[in-house]
Amino acid sequence: MAVQKTSLDLTLKIWRQAGPDAAGRFETHEAKGIPDSASFLEMLDIVNERIITEGGDPVAFDHDCREGICGMCSLVINGMPHGPNRGVTTCQLHMRSFRSGDTIWIEPFRANAFPVIRDLAVDRRAFDRIVQAGGYVSVRTGSAPEANGLPVPKQDADAAFTAAACIGCGACVAACKNASAMLFVSAKVTHLNLLPQGKPEAQKRALSMVRAMDAEGFGNCTNQYECEAVCPKSISADYIRKLNRDYRNSSLADIAG
Amino acid sequence: MFSDSEAEARITDSRRRSDTPPDGAPSGPLASKWTRHKDTSKLISPANRRKYTIIVVGSGLAGAAAAATLSEQGYNVKCFCYQDSPRRAHSIAAQGGINAAKNYHNDGDSVHRLFYETIKGGDFRAREANVHRLAEVSALIIDQCVAQGVPFAREYGGLLANRSFGGTQVSRTFYAAGQTGQQLLLGAYQALSKEISNGGVKMYSRTEMLDLVTVDGHAKGVVVRDMVTGKISSHAGDAVLLCTGGYGNVFYLSTNAKGCNVTATWRAHKRGAYFANPCYTQIHPTCIPVSGAYQSKLTLMSESLRNDGRCWVPKRKEDCGKPPASIAEEDRDYYLERKYPSFGNLAPRDIASRAAKEQCDDGRGVGPGGLGVYLDFADSIKRLGRKAIEERYGNLFQMYEQITGENAYEQPMRIFPAVHYTMGGLWVDYNLMSNIPGLHVLGEANFSDHGANRLGASALMQGLADGYFVIPATLPNYLATQKPGAVSERDADFKRVEAEVNERTSKLLSINGKRSADSFHRELGLLIWDKCGMARTKEGLTEALRKIPALREEFWSNLRVPGSGDQFNPQLELAGRVADFLEFGELLCNDALQREESCGGHFRSEYQDEGEARRDDDQFSYVAAWEYTGDLSRPKLHKEWLEYQEVHFSTRSYR
Ligand SMILES: Cc1cc2nc3c(=O)[nH]c(=O)nc-3n(C[C@H](O)[C@H](O)[C@H](O)COP(=O)(O)OP(=O)(O)OC[C@H]3O[C@@H](n4cnc5c(N)ncnc54)[C@H](O)[C@@H]3O)c2cc1C
Ligand code: FES
Repeated sequence: MAVQKTSLDLTLKIWRQAGPDAAGRFETHEAKGIPDSASFLEMLDIVNERIITEGGDPVAFDHDCREGICGMCSLVINGMPHGPNRGVTTCQLHMRSFRSGDTIWIEPFRANAFPVIRDLAVDRRAFDRIVQAGGYVSVRTGSAPEANGLPVPKQDADAAFTAAACIGCGACVAACKNASAMLFVSAKVTHLNLLPQGKPEAQKRALSMVRAMDAEGFGNCTNQYECEAVCPKSISADYIRKLNRDYRNSSLADIAG
Repeated sequence: MFSDSEAEARITDSRRRSDTPPDGAPSGPLASKWTRHKDTSKLISPANRRKYTIIVVGSGLAGAAAAATLSEQGYNVKCFCYQDSPRRAHSIAAQGGINAAKNYHNDGDSVHRLFYETIKGGDFRAREANVHRLAEVSALIIDQCVAQGVPFAREYGGLLANRSFGGTQVSRTFYAAGQTGQQLLLGAYQALSKEISNGGVKMYSRTEMLDLVTVDGHAKGVVVRDMVTGKISSHAGDAVLLCTGGYGNVFYLSTNAKGCNVTATWRAHKRGAYFANPCYTQIHPTCIPVSGAYQSKLTLMSESLRNDGRCWVPKRKEDCGKPPASIAEEDRDYYLERKYPSFGNLAPRDIASRAAKEQCDDGRGVGPGGLGVYLDFADSIKRLGRKAIEERYGNLFQMYEQITGENAYEQPMRIFPAVHYTMGGLWVDYNLMSNIPGLHVLGEANFSDHGANRLGASALMQGLADGYFVIPATLPNYLATQKPGAVSERDADFKRVEAEVNERTSKLLSINGKRSADSFHRELGLLIWDKCGMARTKEGLTEALRKIPALREEFWSNLRVPGSGDQFNPQLELAGRVADFLEFGELLCNDALQREESCGGHFRSEYQDEGEARRDDDQFSYVAAWEYTGDLSRPKLHKEWLEYQEVHFSTRSYR
């Protein structure tokens, strides 16, 4: 089959920052002859390869699986976390989504709770600490009952799965003008609270995870739902509404108790 | 095939005396070995457990499960991973499912059947006792995961759904859409998070293990680099667990995540741990082909596609550049249906992969570089309607379009085999302990359960079996012989290894040559794929063994690593991993060279009968466990002869 080879010449404006406390700036790179079948990260590989052989300082960015599931890649591309296409991560974005002659702005995910490590890589451990606050079911290995002992209605299991598809990338935070982590938190709370296994700790979970989120310096949700628009897994902002309800109930119970 | 008495006779044959440490499995009937072993294993009293520090390297299914469970039991755990969060370990990418002998379908499945199929699938090169245990604990894994809130697929009645996977005749595969690995890993990650918040586990993310520290011959700690600050430091403990995954990235292009590496296991190997069966590598037939020289990784497409897609290439070379629709039916070669009429497009992974390679070698491949074959859904769409195909594979077709820009409803997909899984790994005994006392190895990093080839949906099972159920029961056998807290990071042994790691890091940074680490990795990968990939020959392997040391030499004289050691420096991390792949690649080829037979994922072109692998049980039914001798070109081979109590050798045939 004849495969068309098209290549792009691009101007890249890439955020460079030596460390968390250093001042950052945009640096301009001309990227010529980029195959349109390359992925966005492969485009950066090509740029880095050239920088290295010319004796320069390559751009640092995070990535691992390169297939949209680990949540390690980030990047704000032309103002959009994970770039212009809906429902994909940066590593799944391909250069055919751009045109030759384009200028592309590449920045890190920005939020107080996600300090820059270097260039485009940020520290997202705050998400781990939120999960540690209650994003689990307290069950010891070996103490589990027979798996089919407790049927779970299919619609609940499916709904829990949909919420559990979150990859913890942090795009929701980067897109939010308040840098709120409510989409992330609500997805985990929804996943576990929908299942009978997660019910016993449901109230405590909602409360502790939201409190941990606040303590990490994430902002409040003011219902803009930019998060939902950029989420590579299309996690629904309905979860936030539900979490707000759960949280109010839990807070009341907490005060009462 | 051998009768019982013949097999008996062979075991006592002096030629077949193993020179690896004893495997440590109890004698007696196979089916009750694990129970007996647990009953007689040592215990550590709850009050004493907290005095022991266990170092767990890796937070994938194996590592996260082990760290969480050991912490629940009261041990002090330190867990390390190179990603920014333990939730991102490569296990997250597994799609298809996890096996368990629950027999929920009442279709004849059992522990014995899962055990036997795993041994047979592994082409009779796995250790019987380990595999039986794996099948036994499989059911417990599902119970555990469901209790954690893993949202497995369910039937309308609310019970768990199963599918049959990878050609098995029973439905024993549990799944969560095409994201089973993600959901299982999140379950383990959440269990780990619970233990981190309880204070039992201290988690070190973005921290890479660069060496193993042994004290008086026992594994007592690791030297790590903080990937953010660059600080190199030591962690001492009472036992070390390596759960660091497979080495598929020695081929450069694979379905593994970019960071997957052999460093942890290779460093341990250089400190004395035997590396077993490195030549057993699994190549998956349905991946998206390479589209250009810049390609950085390959993407797997579920094998289930072969249920409805037909593999073909043009009969004539001159047709390969034409649009597929313009090639008439009679000019197409449906090569799998032609060669394997009874299995057709569902021929096993290794056979389907090799058949695709043969067509491309014959100059009849399609797409860029002629490295692809068609997987055509036109007939299924005609028969079942586009909607049915969309329901079955919609997400895969979408993923394919994202990557290739092509619509597979309208034109056939192009697929090509890619490296996917590595069966080899560090040698371990029944307790999952390597030949270095105290060093335990779990998950894909060990060699133990899959022989020469792994069944689909069995890697997730093994990682979780090792982490949740095996190591918590077997580790005390070692710990009970040790006084807790006997060593410290301040000891000379730690300082010496730290100095060596520092020296190596400085060396990588100071070569100041012209080539990037990535360029060396690509060159190595191409060479290994070419000479030690889907088909291997003595001639090709010998050539690779000549070229690898030369490439390594160039690496150490012409590498350029920008930046410094005391900062976040992805190029430095990569350089260290590539340096290890350049050494490991040589062992891989040496192992493939000595194994003069074809079995499982290892196909030696000289040993075949018209395309069918020719296994040689008489000469090669052993585990090849390699010892590092200080000379990379002269590793020492130890053999663990496999003795089968319950199964009899038989030959696979798919014609
Ligand atoms: C695309 C794909 C699909 C798959 N699908 C299936 C499937 O459907 N069913 C199935 O059974 N199997 C499947 N597999 C195989 C399976 O996913 C893996 O074999 C398994 O998940 C490995 O788990 P693990 O815990 O051993 O290692 P991993 O999950 O690879 O974890 C390794 C851990 O070690 C850490 N690490 C590595 N090196 C270092 C170091 N030097 N220092 C510190 N930390 C380190 C990493 O950070 C990570 O935490 C698939 C594999 C791939 C690639
Ligand atoms: S690199 Fe894993 S999601 Fe992008």
